[in-house]
Amino acid sequence: MTTSFYLAAAVALASTLMVITRARIIHALLYFIISLFSVSIMFFAAGAPFAAALEVIIYAGAIMVLFLFIIMILNLGAEAAAQERQWLTPGIWLGPSMLALILIADLAFLISRGGGYANGLYAVTVQPKDVGIALYGPYLLGVELASLLLLAGLIGALHLARRNVPEEGEDGTGIN
Amino acid sequence: MSTLQYLILIPGLIFVLMSVASGLIWLERRLLGIWQDRYGPNRVGPFGILQVLADILKVFTKEDWVPPFADKPVFIIAPAIIVVTVLITFAVVPFGPRAGLADLNIGLLFFLAMSSLGVYSVALAGWASDSKYSLLGGLRASAQMISYEVFMGLSLMGVVMLAGSFNLRTIVLAQKHMWNIVPQFLGFIIFMIAGIAETHRLPFDLPEAESELVAGFHSEYSGMKFGMFFLGEYFGITLISAMMTTLFLGGWFGPVLPPIVWFAVKTLAFICFFILLRATLPRPRYDQLMSFGWKAMFPLSLVNLLVTGGLILAGR
Repeated sequence: MTTSFYLAAAVALASTLMVITRARIIHALLYFIISLFSVSIMFFAAGAPFAAALEVIIYAGAIMVLFLFIIMILNLGAEAAAQERQWLTPGIWLGPSMLALILIADLAFLISRGGGYANGLYAVTVQPKDVGIALYGPYLLGVELASLLLLAGLIGALHLARRNVPEEGEDGTGIN
Repeated sequence: MSTLQYLILIPGLIFVLMSVASGLIWLERRLLGIWQDRYGPNRVGPFGILQVLADILKVFTKEDWVPPFADKPVFIIAPAIIVVTVLITFAVVPFGPRAGLADLNIGLLFFLAMSSLGVYSVALAGWASDSKYSLLGGLRASAQMISYEVFMGLSLMGVVMLAGSFNLRTIVLAQKHMWNIVPQFLGFIIFMIAGIAETHRLPFDLPEAESELVAGFHSEYSGMKFGMFFLGEYFGITLISAMMTTLFLGGWFGPVLPPIVWFAVKTLAFICFFILLRATLPRPRYDQLMSFGWKAMFPLSLVNLLVTGGLILAGR
């Protein structure tokens, strides 16, 4: 399990690097999906199969498809790729790389201290039932807040997508 | 199971599935012929069964052409995605009391996850072809599959509540005395409709509607790349039928005959039913399909969830 965890972690790092450096946006998106898969395998290896499945169903299977949907509509071709290539100059890497270096140093320091996580990583398997009980027990308020946020998003989307035609068409679709 | 057993079982399962999928080419055309009052392919071999071989030879010898305007890597990978995601799901299907590859405790979620990944195949194929018919087909496919996936998952939660587990083997064992189709009839109907939409079979084949979109997302595909989409569709039908058998028709349970035969018989019955649907139902308009999904099936699956939960609570 440890091997597959670190293998997946390596794939996650490599694919995320590819996401940032691709000029064609669809290729970047495909690498991003691979990155999500490897995170899912990391969850699985760390004893959280439910979170692993949800990662694939929600992130890779739904949200990324919506991204793809938008990109398909935008029809970004070779022109956009050339523009992207122009923007990705070596100088632009300087700031983010410095910040990322600080984080890596921080992480290396924490790991070298041998924190409590290293051993407990594979000790228990979180069952789907445990997740459900936790969500509707101690974290009920968080679930309710998230649902309020989603409801607001839903109403906003409905408002934006609604046509200014008061009566619906005869087939009930609102298209006359 | 030992590694050696896996090494024998996995190619064996893939071989069986390949045979089933290619046999379905003949079965579908023959059954359609019978239901439409004509013969269907009956020239090659006894009852035309060698038509399968002829079709395979044909598809392999066709020119495998990648359009110069296509995005080559994405164009090539797209047909592989659908075949891989469907085949990988068969790993969690329990074919019999001791048969089946993986006994995953989140088996049902694994099925949902893989079926939600299948959408990439059609969406990417539509985008990479760089042709307007393909793009329209790909857009339709992704919208349709995302919408129908939502209540496909919801309709199965009643089954999960009855069995108290996401493990497909446990779900089958929970149906020992009564098949889920009785207490979860609504869930069964919703899952079946969503399953047809997920595999984009007729009458829900709007992504490839040939009367308006040439051939939809696979307009630009030829040779074995087209064959992969074709194969993926038949694998998809087999998978949905096998899942309906597992989740609602008691899996391998049945009198007299050995368990695995029962499983095969039930699955085959569902496959034939899918073909019958194709022979009888006309294709709806695209906006009708979407509003049917969101305005009828989605609320119904929520009601099913509520009622099932209430009855389980009351029965305690």
